[in-house]
Amino acid sequence: MAQLFNIWKRFDWVIILIYVFMVLLGWLNIYSAVYSDEHRSIFDMEQRYGKQMIWIVFAFILAILIMVTESNFFVTFSFPIYCIFILLLLTVLFLGSIVNGAKAWLTIGNFALQPSEFAKLGVTLALAKVMSSYDFSFKSKNSKLIVAGIILLPVLLIFLQNDTGSALVYFAFLIPLFREGMSGLILFFLLFFALLFILALVLKSWLFILLLIVSGFVVFYFMRRRWNEMAPALLIFTSAVALVSAIFLVFGIDFNVYFVLLISSFMSGLVLLFLSIYKRIPQATLIVSLFLASIIFSFVVDFAFDNILQPHQQARINDVLGIKSDPHGAGYHVIQSKIAIGSGGLLGKGFLKGTQTKFDFVPEQSTDFIFCTVGEEWGFLGSIIVVGAFVFLLYRLVKLAERQHSIFSRVYGYSTAAIIFFHFAVNIGMTIGLVPVIGIPLPFFSYGGSSLWFFTALLFIFLRLDASRFEQLR
Amino acid sequence: MDSYSKRKNIIIFIFFTVGVIFVVRLFFLQVVNSTYKRSATKNVLREVVEFPSRGLIYGRKGELLVFNQTVYDLMATPREIGRFDTTALCDIIDVSKDDLISELNKAKRYSSYQPSVVAKLIPPIRYAFLKEKIYKYPGFYLQTRNIRNYTYNSAAHVLGYIGEVSPSTIQKDNYYKSGDYIGVSGIERAYEKELRGKKGVSLYLVDVHNRLKGEYENGRMDTSAVKGKDLKTSLDIDLQQYGELLMQNKAGSIVAIEPSTGEILAMVTSPSYSPVDMVGRSRMVNFPRLVADTLLPLFNRAVQAHYPPGSTFKMLHGLIALQENIINPSTSYYCNHGYHVGNFHQGCHHEQSFDLNGAITASCNAYFSQTFRAFLESSKFHGVKDGYEAWRNHALSFGFGDKVSFEFDEESKGFIPTTDFYDKRTFKRDSRWHALSIISLAIGQGEIETTPIQMANYMAILANRGYYYPPHVVREIEGEPLSPVVREKHYTTVKQAEFEKILDGMEGVVTGGTGVLASVPGIRICGKTGTAQNPHGPDHSTFVAFAPRNNPVIAIAVYVENGKFGNLYAAPIAGLMIEKYINDSIQPSRKWLETNMLETNLLYPDLPNYIKYYK
Repeated sequence: MAQLFNIWKRFDWVIILIYVFMVLLGWLNIYSAVYSDEHRSIFDMEQRYGKQMIWIVFAFILAILIMVTESNFFVTFSFPIYCIFILLLLTVLFLGSIVNGAKAWLTIGNFALQPSEFAKLGVTLALAKVMSSYDFSFKSKNSKLIVAGIILLPVLLIFLQNDTGSALVYFAFLIPLFREGMSGLILFFLLFFALLFILALVLKSWLFILLLIVSGFVVFYFMRRRWNEMAPALLIFTSAVALVSAIFLVFGIDFNVYFVLLISSFMSGLVLLFLSIYKRIPQATLIVSLFLASIIFSFVVDFAFDNILQPHQQARINDVLGIKSDPHGAGYHVIQSKIAIGSGGLLGKGFLKGTQTKFDFVPEQSTDFIFCTVGEEWGFLGSIIVVGAFVFLLYRLVKLAERQHSIFSRVYGYSTAAIIFFHFAVNIGMTIGLVPVIGIPLPFFSYGGSSLWFFTALLFIFLRLDASRFEQLR
Repeated sequence: MDSYSKRKNIIIFIFFTVGVIFVVRLFFLQVVNSTYKRSATKNVLREVVEFPSRGLIYGRKGELLVFNQTVYDLMATPREIGRFDTTALCDIIDVSKDDLISELNKAKRYSSYQPSVVAKLIPPIRYAFLKEKIYKYPGFYLQTRNIRNYTYNSAAHVLGYIGEVSPSTIQKDNYYKSGDYIGVSGIERAYEKELRGKKGVSLYLVDVHNRLKGEYENGRMDTSAVKGKDLKTSLDIDLQQYGELLMQNKAGSIVAIEPSTGEILAMVTSPSYSPVDMVGRSRMVNFPRLVADTLLPLFNRAVQAHYPPGSTFKMLHGLIALQENIINPSTSYYCNHGYHVGNFHQGCHHEQSFDLNGAITASCNAYFSQTFRAFLESSKFHGVKDGYEAWRNHALSFGFGDKVSFEFDEESKGFIPTTDFYDKRTFKRDSRWHALSIISLAIGQGEIETTPIQMANYMAILANRGYYYPPHVVREIEGEPLSPVVREKHYTTVKQAEFEKILDGMEGVVTGGTGVLASVPGIRICGKTGTAQNPHGPDHSTFVAFAPRNNPVIAIAVYVENGKFGNLYAAPIAGLMIEKYINDSIQPSRKWLETNMLETNLLYPDLPNYIKYYK
């Protein structure tokens, strides 16, 4: 008992305070989003705010239970917990009920649970466990395979549930992996191709290719700063353009800038690739390969976009990229969400005074689009307080993770920060039109027991581990 | 051991970068950009428009001519419509099932949340039935609309009609919204701004399903509808109806003006239509029929038709020649069955010498040909063109060659040729022209064209001895002054003194000249017959007059198409109109003439090129 008493002091009360602040603020905003004159009481159990209050009470109980648990428990039971969640995901696949096109819910009586939320917790624990073992190293093929397996198994199951949004969250684990020594190139290429993906869809195809060509030459120049290499490369490219244009004109094919650039850059790219290998200029080889890969990638993007993504996913990506603007079609979510947030102004319309969210113009306003209520009723000031609170929480989590003595706790800490970050970035990003609409909740704010309990458990397990940070946990 | 701890900085950098991007984006979205605030207002505010009642229109003696009648539009909000008995609803509102279904589909395409009109202008009797049953049709409701109704089945062209506003007007004037009514013709069009009043707007908050959620700002921003202004017209409805009666079964027009004010007493166009034909649902049936009618009932002959003035122009020639001292009242010319110069012959019926008044009374072509030629070739002008130019300017000062009224959009300008016009037109392959080239103008034929309203105005000028007020129908607008245009006195270029010199001749026309059928015992009428040449059929019968000679109260122009001579139909009709206006009734001794006119049928709808004549 003395030890337990002692441990209360070691908890990071700053994070607990932020947590309580966010959860209560979320509750108020759910109240405001769903509020109607007929149901004024925030404790009305028939309404979402009343239910959220119950979820909050249970979340607090859960938090206290986690805080009084021995930290070794989580280390010891990390694999069993992982296995339970994988089993739950399998169960959902067979017995789940379908909500919004995804078979992601497990319904028991009138109580529904979303195992894909909790599965992240299992992955976090399993990952921490594996990566803290003595023989773990990113240099070993075995270690890499195990890590990949732990992450991809639930991803696969969630994909099969047709819940792409929840599956995408697993990209977040790249951050703890990166911290533990995974090649930085993976993160770099991921960001690079994410950028290419957006550019390839946003820009006209000829402009995209031109941009690639120009940036290729510019990067090459700054890497080598040699005109005697630059000039021949430019010459090869321009003569290829001239040749292809001539062929187009002679054979009377319709002159199309995109095809001329595509064919000539591809031809000259092959020539340059050969030359760079022959002349041993590795930077040139890298740039040309990247360039050729990008061109192929842009084709694949178009192909994947048209053939692999489902219509509602295509439409959602299109909206964010501003390709098709149709207020009553697929872009409706984003437009209404931006209107709600934009109409908040500097100081907002005031508590319960928002019209866009209250009169149902914003869909899913208590779950995925809860940030609209913040933006509309609390304005720019409220929005930056929420964004600031998240960034501060993430910063503090990284700080705490870094002070861990055991790798288990550090990996766990980074995973926690990464998952919260991914949800925060995608959720707020989509409400302000920077990211495609992917239906994932805003941590601590969005209505829903599964999400709240998951984030509570995720955070408080870390706080419990942090309280025992001087112990070696494996 | 931990060689990657510096990577925490990259991760922290990524977290902060995203945070900064969000703050910048939010700043632009919430503080800089204001379009989202406007969109938000548009989202939640619903305007509920209260339509004002349109101004009433009264006659000269205060009789109500045009008033409002309430009809109903059936509105439907597609997403609220449940299952209903389509056939029963169609029976109640008297619309075919196909029409209703196609309108409902149209409404659905427009918006499933917002109400659309699915059946227009349901008459009150059907409304009463529907109102009892409307509970059976969720998603439907009735909206009241005002349409026009008329006390007298008369004066359709003068009053005009209202119709749904066109998309191009909506673009130009943001007062109008699709489905609003606007004056399309007549004084409904000319006084649209006064008659329409001001729409009231109430603002309500609505949710995404368009359900009302309460008043916006407790109704502080709401405006109430302002009723349209009433108009008092100068129309003497009895005279108007009498004129329409006299013109039945004849094509043509009558315009009667009060000379001292320019007020139009009657403006008859025949054939015409009944004003109620253009109201509510009956318009959909009648409009195509009227458009297809070969007698052109939609053509407002009183202001749109333009004919050669014929002999009625002889007073104008006389006055201009007097003004320029080419002739004096005692100047005489000899008529030898016409006017003959070389191989040029202008026919006439006399073999005697006439002075000015005699020539007017006898309508002598030779006299005015001689006068016009003497005018054009007078040494006070630099050649014929200069002379013609001087003559033309005098003619323009009488209101010819341009619109004289401002109330009738469709009014024709008529035509007084310019010297340029004649220069470009080759007479006998010779680009030069001389007095004889245009001598037919002397008897009001040739290229000159005037409208009935211009001719009535011309008589008003003679009645006033030298000036006119622009002819107009509206004499009073409720609580607002009339347009200053109405009060503008237009003087002619001919001195007042000259006018008196031709009146004996005009009175002679009626007492013993070419227009004796216009005479009314006890009233001194000054008039003139005319025959407007018609290359497509019998000539048109024309008569212009004013009465009484001293202190005139009425100036009138009568056109009877295909009526051959002025004295045949136009003169008696003018006489009857004058008598009706001044004496209020027709004396028994003249009843035979009235009967005769009422029974005359001159309509030859199968006449060749009848329509072409107006083009």
